[in-house]
Amino acid sequence: MQLMRIYLKFDFNLICKTVLQEQLDALGMKYTIHGVGEIEFDRRPTLEEEQEMASLLGNYGIEIMDDQQMALVQRIKDSVTEWINDAENPKIYNFSTYLAEKLDYSYTYLSSVFSEATYSSIENFVILKKIDIAKSLILQNHLTLTEIAFKLNYSSVSHLSAQFKKTTGLTPSSFQKIILKRKERALNQK
Amino acid sequence: MPLNTLNIALADDDEDDRTLFKEAMNEIKIKTKISLFNNGKELMDYLTLPNVILPEIVFLDLNMPIKNGMQCLHEIRNHPRLQDLLVAIYSTSSSEADIEETFVNGANIYINKPNSFGDLKQAIEKVLQLNWQYHTSALNKDNFLLRI
Repeated sequence: MQLMRIYLKFDFNLICKTVLQEQLDALGMKYTIHGVGEIEFDRRPTLEEEQEMASLLGNYGIEIMDDQQMALVQRIKDSVTEWINDAENPKIYNFSTYLAEKLDYSYTYLSSVFSEATYSSIENFVILKKIDIAKSLILQNHLTLTEIAFKLNYSSVSHLSAQFKKTTGLTPSSFQKIILKRKERALNQK
Repeated sequence: MPLNTLNIALADDDEDDRTLFKEAMNEIKIKTKISLFNNGKELMDYLTLPNVILPEIVFLDLNMPIKNGMQCLHEIRNHPRLQDLLVAIYSTSSSEADIEETFVNGANIYINKPNSFGDLKQAIEKVLQLNWQYHTSALNKDNFLLRI
Protein backbone atom coordinates (compact mmCIF):
# COMPACT_ATOMS: atom_id res chain seq x y z
CA MET A 1 0.00 0.00 0.00
CA GLN A 2 1.27 3.43 -0.90
CA LEU A 3 1.43 5.73 2.12
CA MET A 4 0.69 9.38 1.66
CA ARG A 5 1.12 12.22 4.09
CA ILE A 6 -0.21 15.69 3.81
CA TYR A 7 0.99 18.60 5.91
CA LEU A 8 -1.26 21.23 7.40
CA LYS A 9 -0.57 24.76 8.43
CA PHE A 10 -3.02 26.43 10.78
CA ASP A 11 -4.02 30.05 11.21
CA PHE A 12 -4.81 29.84 14.92
CA ASN A 13 -6.09 33.40 15.15
CA LEU A 14 -8.58 32.80 12.38
CA ILE A 15 -9.70 29.49 13.86
CA CYS A 16 -10.26 31.05 17.29
CA LYS A 17 -12.08 34.02 15.85
CA THR A 18 -14.37 31.85 13.74
CA VAL A 19 -15.25 29.63 16.68
CA LEU A 20 -15.92 32.68 18.86
CA GLN A 21 -18.15 34.29 16.24
CA GLU A 22 -20.17 31.12 15.71
CA GLN A 23 -20.75 30.60 19.41
CA LEU A 24 -21.43 34.24 20.26
CA ASP A 25 -23.88 34.57 17.37
CA ALA A 26 -25.77 31.62 18.88
CA LEU A 27 -26.06 33.63 22.08
CA GLY A 28 -27.82 36.51 20.34
CA MET A 29 -26.05 39.40 22.08
CA LYS A 30 -24.27 42.28 20.35
CA TYR A 31 -20.53 41.99 20.71
CA THR A 32 -17.19 43.18 19.42
CA ILE A 33 -14.07 41.00 19.42
CA HIS A 34 -10.95 42.93 20.49
CA GLY A 35 -8.00 40.75 19.57
CA VAL A 36 -8.79 37.16 20.28
CA GLY A 37 -8.65 37.29 24.05
CA GLU A 38 -11.15 40.04 24.76
CA ILE A 39 -14.83 40.48 23.92
CA GLU A 40 -16.92 43.55 24.57
CA PHE A 41 -20.72 43.39 24.94
CA ASP A 42 -23.14 46.29 24.60
CA ARG A 43 -24.67 45.40 27.95
CA ARG A 44 -23.94 43.27 30.97
CA PRO A 45 -24.85 39.60 30.32
CA THR A 46 -27.39 38.08 32.70
CA LEU A 47 -26.29 35.23 34.91
CA GLU A 48 -28.03 32.70 32.62
CA GLU A 49 -26.35 34.21 29.57
CA GLU A 50 -22.97 34.04 31.29
CA GLN A 51 -23.50 30.40 32.14
CA GLU A 52 -24.63 29.57 28.63
CA MET A 53 -21.62 31.36 27.20
CA ALA A 54 -19.26 29.48 29.52
CA SER A 55 -20.75 26.16 28.45
CA LEU A 56 -20.81 26.97 24.70
CA LEU A 57 -17.19 28.14 24.73
CA GLY A 58 -16.15 25.41 27.14
CA ASN A 59 -16.88 22.85 24.41
CA TYR A 60 -13.94 24.32 22.51
CA GLY A 61 -11.61 24.51 25.50
CA ILE A 62 -12.17 28.27 25.77
CA GLU A 63 -12.36 29.48 29.34
CA ILE A 64 -13.81 32.78 30.58
CA MET A 65 -11.32 34.44 32.87
CA ASP A 66 -12.62 36.41 35.79
CA ASP A 67 -9.30 37.71 36.92
CA GLN A 68 -8.34 40.96 35.19
CA GLN A 69 -4.64 40.44 35.82
CA MET A 70 -4.68 37.05 34.13
CA ALA A 71 -6.58 38.60 31.24
CA LEU A 72 -3.86 41.23 30.92
CA VAL A 73 -1.18 38.53 30.97
CA GLN A 74 -3.02 36.81 28.13
CA ARG A 75 -3.09 40.04 26.13
CA ILE A 76 0.64 40.50 26.69
CA LYS A 77 1.23 36.98 25.34
CA ASP A 78 -0.99 37.63 22.32
CA SER A 79 0.90 40.85 21.60
CA VAL A 80 4.24 39.07 21.87
CA THR A 81 3.05 36.54 19.30
CA GLU A 82 1.81 39.24 16.94
CA TRP A 83 5.02 41.18 17.28
CA ILE A 84 7.19 38.19 16.47
CA ASN A 85 5.02 37.16 13.53
CA ASP A 86 5.20 40.56 11.90
CA ALA A 87 8.72 40.71 10.53
CA GLU A 88 8.59 44.47 9.99
CA ASN A 89 7.84 45.42 13.58
CA PRO A 90 11.24 44.89 15.18
CA LYS A 91 12.81 47.26 12.69
CA ILE A 92 10.45 50.11 13.48
CA TYR A 93 9.80 49.66 17.16
CA ASN A 94 11.59 48.50 20.15
CA PHE A 95 9.53 45.84 21.84
CA SER A 96 8.81 47.55 25.15
CA THR A 97 7.53 50.66 23.35
CA TYR A 98 5.35 48.52 21.10
CA LEU A 99 3.81 46.69 24.04
CA ALA A 100 3.24 49.79 26.15
CA GLU A 101 1.56 51.63 23.26
CA LYS A 102 -0.55 48.69 22.23
CA LEU A 103 -1.88 47.84 25.67
CA ASP A 104 -1.84 51.37 27.04
CA TYR A 105 0.04 50.61 30.25
CA SER A 106 3.62 51.41 31.15
CA TYR A 107 6.10 48.65 30.39
CA THR A 108 7.18 48.58 34.04
CA TYR A 109 3.60 47.88 35.12
CA LEU A 110 3.12 45.19 32.47
CA SER A 111 6.41 43.54 33.49
CA SER A 112 5.47 43.36 37.12
CA VAL A 113 1.97 41.97 36.43
CA PHE A 114 3.46 39.37 34.12
CA SER A 115 6.21 38.26 36.51
CA GLU A 116 3.82 38.02 39.42
CA ALA A 117 1.37 35.83 37.51
CA THR A 118 3.80 33.56 35.68
CA TYR A 119 6.99 33.55 37.83
CA SER A 120 8.80 34.39 34.63
CA SER A 121 9.55 37.59 32.71
CA ILE A 122 8.12 39.00 29.48
CA GLU A 123 11.63 38.84 27.98
CA ASN A 124 11.76 35.14 28.78
CA PHE A 125 8.41 34.60 27.17
CA VAL A 126 9.56 36.39 24.01
CA ILE A 127 12.53 34.01 23.79
CA LEU A 128 10.33 30.99 24.47
CA LYS A 129 7.88 32.02 21.77
CA LYS A 130 10.62 32.71 19.22
CA ILE A 131 12.22 29.33 19.89
CA ASP A 132 8.80 27.69 19.62
CA ILE A 133 8.34 29.19 16.16
CA ALA A 134 11.91 28.26 15.24
CA LYS A 135 11.12 24.63 16.18
CA SER A 136 8.09 24.53 13.87
CA LEU A 137 10.09 26.08 11.04
CA ILE A 138 12.96 23.63 11.54
CA LEU A 139 10.51 20.72 11.37
CA GLN A 140 8.79 22.06 8.25
CA ASN A 141 12.20 21.85 6.62
CA HIS A 142 11.51 24.54 4.00
CA LEU A 143 13.95 27.09 5.37
CA THR A 144 17.61 26.82 6.29
CA LEU A 145 18.62 27.76 9.82
CA THR A 146 20.15 30.97 8.45
CA GLU A 147 16.84 31.90 6.84
CA ILE A 148 14.98 31.10 10.07
CA ALA A 149 17.40 33.30 12.03
CA PHE A 150 16.75 36.15 9.62
CA LYS A 151 12.98 35.66 9.71
CA LEU A 152 12.92 35.77 13.50
CA ASN A 153 15.18 38.81 13.56
CA TYR A 154 18.28 37.24 15.10
CA SER A 155 21.50 39.08 14.30
CA SER A 156 23.10 35.83 13.10
CA VAL A 157 22.56 32.11 12.82
CA SER A 158 24.96 31.52 15.70
CA HIS A 159 22.88 33.80 17.91
CA LEU A 160 19.79 31.70 17.13
CA SER A 161 21.69 28.42 17.71
CA ALA A 162 23.03 29.66 21.03
CA GLN A 163 19.60 30.79 22.23
CA PHE A 164 18.06 27.53 21.06
CA LYS A 165 20.64 25.54 22.99
CA LYS A 166 20.23 27.69 26.09
CA THR A 167 16.41 27.39 26.04
CA THR A 168 16.05 23.71 25.20
CA GLY A 169 19.41 22.20 26.19
CA LEU A 170 19.63 20.76 22.67
CA THR A 171 21.15 21.93 19.41
CA PRO A 172 18.70 22.63 16.55
CA SER A 173 19.98 19.57 14.68
CA SER A 174 19.64 17.13 17.58
CA PHE A 175 16.16 18.52 18.24
CA GLN A 176 15.23 17.83 14.62
CA LYS A 177 16.73 14.36 14.72
CA ILE A 178 14.79 13.41 17.87
CA ILE A 179 11.41 14.59 16.58
CA LEU A 180 11.91 12.87 13.22
CA LYS A 181 12.83 9.60 14.93
CA ARG A 182 9.82 9.94 17.22
CA LYS A 183 7.50 10.37 14.25
CA GLU A 184 9.04 7.44 12.41
CA ARG A 185 8.56 5.23 15.44
CA ALA A 186 4.95 6.31 15.89
CA LEU A 187 4.31 5.54 12.23
CA ASN A 188 5.90 2.11 12.49
CA GLN A 189 3.77 1.21 15.46
CA LYS A 190 0.55 1.79 13.57
CA MET B 1 -6.89 30.70 36.20
CA PRO B 2 -4.24 31.94 38.60
CA LEU B 3 -1.25 29.82 39.44
CA ASN B 4 -2.53 27.88 42.45
CA THR B 5 -0.79 24.67 43.26
CA LEU B 6 0.92 22.39 40.78
CA ASN B 7 0.57 18.66 41.34
CA ILE B 8 3.82 16.81 40.88
CA ALA B 9 4.65 13.09 41.05
CA LEU B 10 8.12 11.61 41.52
CA ALA B 11 9.08 7.94 41.23
CA ASP B 12 12.56 7.21 42.53
CA ASP B 13 13.82 4.18 44.48
CA ASP B 14 16.55 6.17 46.26
CA GLU B 15 15.19 7.57 49.51
CA ASP B 16 17.83 10.32 49.81
CA ASP B 17 17.05 11.53 46.30
CA ARG B 18 13.33 11.64 47.07
CA THR B 19 13.94 13.65 50.23
CA LEU B 20 16.25 16.12 48.49
CA PHE B 21 13.79 16.56 45.66
CA LYS B 22 10.96 17.26 48.07
CA GLU B 23 13.03 19.78 50.02
CA ALA B 24 14.02 21.57 46.82
CA MET B 25 10.36 21.75 45.78
CA ASN B 26 9.45 23.30 49.12
CA GLU B 27 12.03 26.03 48.74
CA ILE B 28 10.98 27.41 45.39
CA LYS B 29 8.41 30.16 44.85
CA ILE B 30 5.90 28.14 42.85
CA LYS B 31 3.53 26.25 45.13
CA THR B 32 3.50 22.50 44.58
CA LYS B 33 1.96 19.41 46.03
CA ILE B 34 4.20 16.41 45.55
CA SER B 35 3.36 12.71 45.62
CA LEU B 36 6.32 10.35 46.05
CA PHE B 37 6.58 6.75 44.85
CA ASN B 38 9.27 4.15 45.56
CA ASN B 39 9.18 2.57 42.13
CA GLY B 40 7.50 2.63 38.75
CA LYS B 41 4.84 0.12 39.66
CA GLU B 42 3.58 2.17 42.61
CA LEU B 43 3.43 5.23 40.37
CA MET B 44 1.54 3.50 37.55
CA ASP B 45 -0.89 1.89 39.99
CA TYR B 46 -1.64 5.35 41.33
CA LEU B 47 -1.95 7.08 37.93
CA THR B 48 -4.39 4.48 36.67
CA LEU B 49 -6.71 4.67 39.68
CA PRO B 50 -10.19 5.77 38.64
CA ASN B 51 -10.92 9.45 39.39
CA VAL B 52 -7.36 10.24 40.42
CA ILE B 53 -6.31 13.88 39.99
CA LEU B 54 -3.52 13.64 37.45
CA PRO B 55 -0.28 15.48 38.20
CA GLU B 56 0.87 18.26 35.88
CA ILE B 57 4.34 16.72 35.67
CA VAL B 58 5.68 13.24 36.36
CA PHE B 59 9.36 12.91 37.26
CA LEU B 60 10.78 9.46 36.55
CA ASP B 61 14.05 7.93 37.66
CA LEU B 62 15.31 5.55 34.95
CA ASN B 63 16.78 2.75 37.06
CA MET B 64 14.20 1.42 39.48
CA PRO B 65 13.33 -2.10 40.62
CA ILE B 66 10.06 -3.84 39.62
CA LYS B 67 9.19 -1.32 36.92
CA ASN B 68 11.80 1.07 35.52
CA GLY B 69 11.39 4.58 34.19
CA MET B 70 11.46 3.61 30.53
CA GLN B 71 8.65 1.10 31.04
CA CYS B 72 6.58 3.76 32.83
CA LEU B 73 7.21 6.24 30.02
CA HIS B 74 6.11 3.67 27.47
CA GLU B 75 2.92 2.84 29.41
CA ILE B 76 2.09 6.53 29.90
CA ARG B 77 2.46 7.34 26.20
CA ASN B 78 0.25 4.40 25.25
CA HIS B 79 -2.51 5.07 27.79
CA PRO B 80 -5.39 7.14 26.43
CA ARG B 81 -5.91 9.09 29.65
CA LEU B 82 -2.22 9.56 30.46
CA GLN B 83 -0.65 10.13 27.06
CA ASP B 84 -0.66 13.93 27.31
CA LEU B 85 1.11 14.03 30.67
CA LEU B 86 4.32 15.97 30.81
CA VAL B 87 7.11 13.52 31.60
CA ALA B 88 10.49 14.50 32.98
CA ILE B 89 13.23 11.90 33.24
CA TYR B 90 15.35 12.42 36.33
CA SER B 91 18.43 10.27 36.12
CA THR B 92 22.13 9.95 36.90
CA SER B 93 22.84 8.62 33.42
CA SER B 94 24.43 11.14 31.10
CA SER B 95 24.89 8.75 28.20
CA GLU B 96 23.86 10.46 24.96
CA ALA B 97 22.22 7.25 23.76
CA ASP B 98 20.04 7.01 26.90
CA ILE B 99 19.03 10.63 26.62
CA GLU B 100 18.09 10.40 22.95
CA GLU B 101 16.22 7.16 23.53
CA THR B 102 14.02 8.70 26.26
CA PHE B 103 13.22 11.72 24.10
CA VAL B 104 12.36 9.54 21.12
CA ASN B 105 10.11 7.48 23.41
CA GLY B 106 8.18 10.60 24.28
CA ALA B 107 9.87 12.20 27.31
CA ASN B 108 9.57 16.00 27.37
CA ILE B 109 12.38 16.74 29.77
CA TYR B 110 15.66 15.09 30.66
CA ILE B 111 17.33 16.18 33.89
CA ASN B 112 20.75 14.93 34.81
CA LYS B 113 20.57 14.60 38.59
CA PRO B 114 22.47 17.70 39.71
CA ASN B 115 25.35 17.46 42.18
CA SER B 116 24.35 20.33 44.41
CA PHE B 117 21.12 21.28 46.13
CA GLY B 118 21.29 24.74 44.56
CA ASP B 119 21.50 23.30 41.05
CA LEU B 120 18.62 20.95 41.78
CA LYS B 121 16.46 23.83 42.94
CA GLN B 122 17.34 25.81 39.83
CA ALA B 123 16.56 22.88 37.54
CA ILE B 124 13.19 22.25 39.15
CA GLU B 125 12.31 25.92 39.02
CA LYS B 126 13.12 26.09 35.31
CA VAL B 127 10.99 23.03 34.61
CA LEU B 128 8.00 24.35 36.54
CA GLN B 129 8.15 27.79 34.93
CA LEU B 130 8.30 26.29 31.47
CA ASN B 131 5.55 23.85 32.27
CA TRP B 132 3.34 26.70 33.38
CA GLN B 133 3.98 28.63 30.16
CA TYR B 134 3.16 25.56 28.10
CA HIS B 135 -0.09 25.12 29.99
CA THR B 136 -1.26 28.67 29.49
CA SER B 137 0.15 29.75 26.13
CA ALA B 138 -0.29 28.77 22.53
CA LEU B 139 3.03 26.92 22.50
CA ASN B 140 3.32 23.62 20.69
CA LYS B 141 3.48 20.89 23.34
CA ASP B 142 4.50 18.23 20.81
CA ASN B 143 7.79 20.07 20.37
CA PHE B 144 8.46 20.54 24.08
CA LEU B 145 11.92 19.10 24.67
CA LEU B 146 14.21 20.28 27.42
CA ARG B 147 17.53 18.96 28.56
CA ILE B 148 19.11 20.18 31.78
